[in-house]
Amino acid sequence: MTQQAETAEPKIAAYLCAGCGLGERLDLERLAKVAAEAGAGAVEQHEMLCGEDGVARIRGGIQDGATHLVLGACSRRAKTGAFNFADDGAAVARVNLREGVIWTQPEDAGETTQEMADDYLRMGCAEAKFMRAPRAIAADERGANKRILVVGGGVSGMTAALEAARAGYEVLLVEKSGALGGWAKSLHRRLPRRAPFSAPAENDTAELCAAVEHEKNITVFLNAHIARTSGAPGRFSADIAQGENTRTENIGAIVQASGFRRYDASQLPEFAYGKTPDVVDQMELEALARAADENGAPIARPSDGKAVQSVVFVQCAGQRSEKPGHLPYCSGCCCGVSIKQAMYFKMRDSEADANIIYTDLRAPGNGEDFYRAAQEMGVVFTNGAVERVEAGTNGAQLAVHFRDHVLDEDAVARADLVVLATGQVANSGVDISAVEKNEDGEKEKNGNGKDESAEKKPAQVSVPVESILQLDYRQGPDLPHLKHGFSDSHFICFPYETRRTGIYACGPPRRPMDMHQAMEDATGAALKAIQAVENAGLGRAAHPRAGDLSFPSFRRDGCTQCKRCTVECPFGAIDQDAEGYPQFNESRCRRCGTCMGACPVRVISFENYSVDTVGQQIKAIDMPDEFDEKPRILVLACENDAYPALDMAAHNRIHYNAFVRVIPIRCLGSVNAIWVTDALNAGFDGIMLLGCKKGDDYQCHFVTGAALAHERMGKIDDTLNQLQLEPERVRAFEVEITDIARVPQLINDYAAKIDEIGMNPFKGF
Amino acid sequence: MTSAVEKYRNNFLREVEANVEEGEWVKMCMQCGVCSGSCPLGDAWEHPPQELFMMIRAGKRDQVLASESMWMCTSCYSCITRCPRGLPITHIMHGLANYANRLGIAPKMNPTRRFAKIFWDNIAHTGRVNETKLSLRLYFMDGFFTGLRRAFAMRKVGLGMLRTGRLNPLGLFRAGGIARKGELRKLLARAYEIEDARKNFGKRN
Ligand code: SF4
Ligand code: SF4
Ligand code: SF4
Repeated sequence: MTQQAETAEPKIAAYLCAGCGLGERLDLERLAKVAAEAGAGAVEQHEMLCGEDGVARIRGGIQDGATHLVLGACSRRAKTGAFNFADDGAAVARVNLREGVIWTQPEDAGETTQEMADDYLRMGCAEAKFMRAPRAIAADERGANKRILVVGGGVSGMTAALEAARAGYEVLLVEKSGALGGWAKSLHRRLPRRAPFSAPAENDTAELCAAVEHEKNITVFLNAHIARTSGAPGRFSADIAQGENTRTENIGAIVQASGFRRYDASQLPEFAYGKTPDVVDQMELEALARAADENGAPIARPSDGKAVQSVVFVQCAGQRSEKPGHLPYCSGCCCGVSIKQAMYFKMRDSEADANIIYTDLRAPGNGEDFYRAAQEMGVVFTNGAVERVEAGTNGAQLAVHFRDHVLDEDAVARADLVVLATGQVANSGVDISAVEKNEDGEKEKNGNGKDESAEKKPAQVSVPVESILQLDYRQGPDLPHLKHGFSDSHFICFPYETRRTGIYACGPPRRPMDMHQAMEDATGAALKAIQAVENAGLGRAAHPRAGDLSFPSFRRDGCTQCKRCTVECPFGAIDQDAEGYPQFNESRCRRCGTCMGACPVRVISFENYSVDTVGQQIKAIDMPDEFDEKPRILVLACENDAYPALDMAAHNRIHYNAFVRVIPIRCLGSVNAIWVTDALNAGFDGIMLLGCKKGDDYQCHFVTGAALAHERMGKIDDTLNQLQLEPERVRAFEVEITDIARVPQLINDYAAKIDEIGMNPFKGF
Repeated sequence: MTSAVEKYRNNFLREVEANVEEGEWVKMCMQCGVCSGSCPLGDAWEHPPQELFMMIRAGKRDQVLASESMWMCTSCYSCITRCPRGLPITHIMHGLANYANRLGIAPKMNPTRRFAKIFWDNIAHTGRVNETKLSLRLYFMDGFFTGLRRAFAMRKVGLGMLRTGRLNPLGLFRAGGIARKGELRKLLARAYEIEDARKNFGKRN
């Protein structure tokens, strides 16, 4: 028995709604009896439960002593406002009779529909019995600090700091160099941000720096770095080291705007970089253009100071390439930058030749206007791939050898100057997954943390190794990376979220981007940081279960200190205490339940979601015997995508098999193997696990939950083997929220499959 | 005019911009290839429009101007209606052909070029097309016997045109044309003079 059962006996009141056709389609009298048998002390019917009167009746029940409510009505995703009894301190189990039963079953289905409803009601009563009302994190354990730490003083960091400061939050801005402005301050001009997008714009970074310096809510630390970070949202503490001095500051949330490093062009000897000063990268060209502007002279060739009459831009230099030492990705901004830089030449001297050699010109959005403007100025765009650049001797021109993709031939372009469009390398700290592997002895790395052999392998990006945040988390000192050194974030749905709650990455550590995009990104991250400190102050979860008041706890005397929870928590929420027990940091937790799914001795639970609240639902399902020809299929459906897809299927009145019983779960990662084993032993004929996509382009809202579930499936296969059951009895499916027609189809196909392989022989044991 | 054009420099592009009808559009091509894919005759071209535009940028002056390609254009306008950059491709094709012709680099025996010249001479002579003379010159441009063979092969069409009054046999002997032919010729001569001077053309052909 887990700790839920140790608390006082729950008083369950069940309410059955007759609205939305429930009264016509279902035998509510029979349901009332089912509820009473399942332990409901009071059962009431109402013609429209979500209406004012219905809600008042429920509140009346609570006043009469009901501690647990079972609401037989619509999906838990509907009428969340009306059926919110958090302030009344009642635990609520929603029984989905509308979307889950009458809207997905044909009108003439007969008894199977009623049986479905009966089961769901029994399940709701069982769930209620084993849950408690979530209480929110105790006020004295909540962090109430609302200050925001911004790491990095480039455009992203300054923008995040300003946005947060102007929204009324105190900001600490830590910059490792001696001045604000980052890369941006050294640009000659920047990409245009306003119509007509036809020429480079003034570099206004200095104004941004001045605005930051004058903002009274911002304290700037220059020549500083973070020496240690600990804590959780609302109660982080960071050691800011400035030379000899280190001061400890308390903050509520962190924005990591640590920017990028230039790709090291000396890795491109084929382009003569380093062999002649007349081959430069884009940053170096900015410096040449600035110098020219200051001297009021044309842009000069570094080797001999001669005015540049012809320039060739080599796009994707060392990028989008699988060659060793190259970046496998596109940095997304270099096409725009080359267009801008070609304009530097054409705007000074329309007779100068500027040739951009590209394979795909990527100028999204208004970049298209900018591209066209450059064409109008006479910049030549050549579709081709540069193979090598030869340095000329004695003032001769450089020779750019390339394959012309349109003319399909090898060609040579001669130029005074060659500019390499090299990419951005994320400055995102230590790759803790590599460190982890190192710990496990899977991959030996040399002393400086760089793996020489890995570096030579194609598509490997060597990432900067000094830590940025120095987190004292058990899981490692920095934000987890996804790949190529970029911080992991839910790219599609929650781009600023990282895998460390309350810490938000923005700008190039997240993905390569230009200044304008970085500023937008920074604004988003600042807003997320604000959200985080506010939620932490209320003791509630941040995204994606924003507002959730439940949090996990573990039963100490059962814990074997196996550390599975601390390792598998996707968000690094669990540390280790002095005695080696897991130490949950509630406000770092996203409430996914992955720890609960991981725990082999099943001691982790939430007040309203536990091994029991689901396990007892499974046990409450009536199991017809083998000869009834009524198989039972258990569907564990992820609440984020699969369950909403099923609800939407119901709204579209898409019918599915009547023998399934669906239980919503927080994440596939929260599925504890015991549920599957118990269900098989209880006679379920099939089990479907519906979760989100895993892998590098995952859709899982809790990042690794779906992937972990699939890993754990291996163990379930062992169980099936032991029980001598067919492997098809348990299947996991990746579904998306838009799979409205597909999910019912999957269910029907699976039911047909189960029909084929026959009933589970364990029925009735 | 120099033919020592540097590769992938703007020289030839600038020449085209200055001298070819609608030539200033060439730089706006974004090399999507839609024109080449849309051209009903595209397969028959050695260098379809997209490629010609790239060759101009690559400075391939001689290959472009001596090419048969732009002479293949039938003015169907498929490319113009589809070009995402709005290039007047058809006009540029004719502009290029005309420019090459005026420079004397155009392929002498290109049938389209020869037809165009016969047509132009015919219409410029009297101000109106003389169908009879035009057909005969076209059929017999490669010699008497070839002419006979061509005329014989086309006899059904020819007779049909005669019957419907589309071809007047007397046209062979009547001058026809507009009222003040002399003035038309003077006007054209002056136009040539101006263009020759501006674009530095040599002998007309
Ligand atoms: S696994 Fe999920 S529920 Fe458990 S501590 Fe981590 S974030 Fe919280
Ligand atoms: S369709 Fe237009 S833009 Fe595309 S290749 Fe042809 S001319 Fe160029
Ligand atoms: S107008 Fe000329 S170039 Fe354009 S599609 Fe027609 S034939 Fe081809």
